[in-house]
Amino acid sequence: MDYSFSLTTFSPSGKLGQIEYALNAVSSGATSLGIKAVNGVVIATEKKLPTPLIDETTIQRAALLTQNIGVVYSGMGPDSRVLVDKGRKFATKYHQQHGETVPVSQLVRELASIMQEFTQSGGVRPFGVSLLVAGADEQGFHLFQVDPSGAYFGWKASAIGKNMVSAKTFLEKRFREDMDIEDAISNALRTLKEGFEGELNGHTIEVAVVKADRRFRILSPSEVDDYLKELQ
Amino acid sequence: DPYCFALKMSILQYNGGSVIAMTGKNCVGIACDRRFGVQQLTLAGDFDKVFKINDKLFLGLPGLATDMQTLHEKLRYRVNMYRLREERDVSPKVFAKMVSSILYEHRWGPYFTEPVIGGLEGDKPFVCSMDLIGCPMVTDDFVVSGSSNESLLGICESLYIPDQSPEDLFETLSQCLLNAMDRDCISGWGATVHIITTTGVTSRNLRTRQD
Repeated sequence: MDYSFSLTTFSPSGKLGQIEYALNAVSSGATSLGIKAVNGVVIATEKKLPTPLIDETTIQRAALLTQNIGVVYSGMGPDSRVLVDKGRKFATKYHQQHGETVPVSQLVRELASIMQEFTQSGGVRPFGVSLLVAGADEQGFHLFQVDPSGAYFGWKASAIGKNMVSAKTFLEKRFREDMDIEDAISNALRTLKEGFEGELNGHTIEVAVVKADRRFRILSPSEVDDYLKELQ
Repeated sequence: DPYCFALKMSILQYNGGSVIAMTGKNCVGIACDRRFGVQQLTLAGDFDKVFKINDKLFLGLPGLATDMQTLHEKLRYRVNMYRLREERDVSPKVFAKMVSSILYEHRWGPYFTEPVIGGLEGDKPFVCSMDLIGCPMVTDDFVVSGSSNESLLGICESLYIPDQSPEDLFETLSQCLLNAMDRDCISGWGATVHIITTTGVTSRNLRTRQD
């Protein structure tokens, strides 16, 4: 059961092949993106189902980590669930010990630390996901990306997954420092629309927001449809 | 030999000592006696039981001296890690939760100390005491702990006035501690009083009966 040696080893050029391949798994996964506004954060992801036979109400790609922090992923769903669970456990333990909810940056650091562990520990492989963590704490609103290597970045706006390149270009053009959260939601939807194949509606994408109330909320399909209608 | 005897006493009274914290108007006072002894034998008169956690937060640890020292070191470690990771000072409420958590972790083999916390949450005074297994009690006037805690409670109840200035708080706090200490044979031998305000901390040693 226990390998004493790591399966992730350096190439002569200084790269870690397994991490590169993990990033490939992320790049072939469904697109996710996030935008940080002055008064909130929004994250969104494609929920393209391979066949109409799937009961999409049982699929949830956005997940709550605490009352005010949530996450969306690109890559392997099962891997993301392990991280979500570890994140939730860490956040709850923090709350039990400190009587305060965990700051977003601390939770992100913990997730990143776990992901890094799996690039160095014996007998395991890196996680095949990149995470977009959105949340609010006393320091304000945050949007973080965490990669399979364990590297993490704070973003004003970012995209991961299949269409990340064109999505990021689109976001760069539209992003403004003084953006309101409602504008950010519209822009997020517009960005997803750009590279979307098929019909864009409340059942084929998932959107989650943190607003001034500091609660992470996954929007219902009808709420998403309302926002999409306003785009027209 | 009439001088060799051991007293049967509670482990929390083995070393003796008293601590008290009291609120004022946008200020908090926390004070302790300075005796260190082993049952009836006094060994030192400079053994403070109140420790600074940060500029606006102090911790009083009466009880078994070895446990008080170890707990202080453990908490210092936790607070330092918190400050390094979160890049901010720990607030009194969070610190109280931390202490409570740590004490309960040792529910079945506890640290024999019943801490008292005094600090400023922003500019609002915060005091809290807890039992040796971490049950917290937050009050808005005063908290006491140690071998003379019952006397302290009685005196504080009589002398306490809400919303005192730092100078008046110092007088009241000192009198409460002094008079309770004088009734307790295992507390005394000096006292240290800290008054915490938003602008800083004033610490004074009191001249007391040296017995």
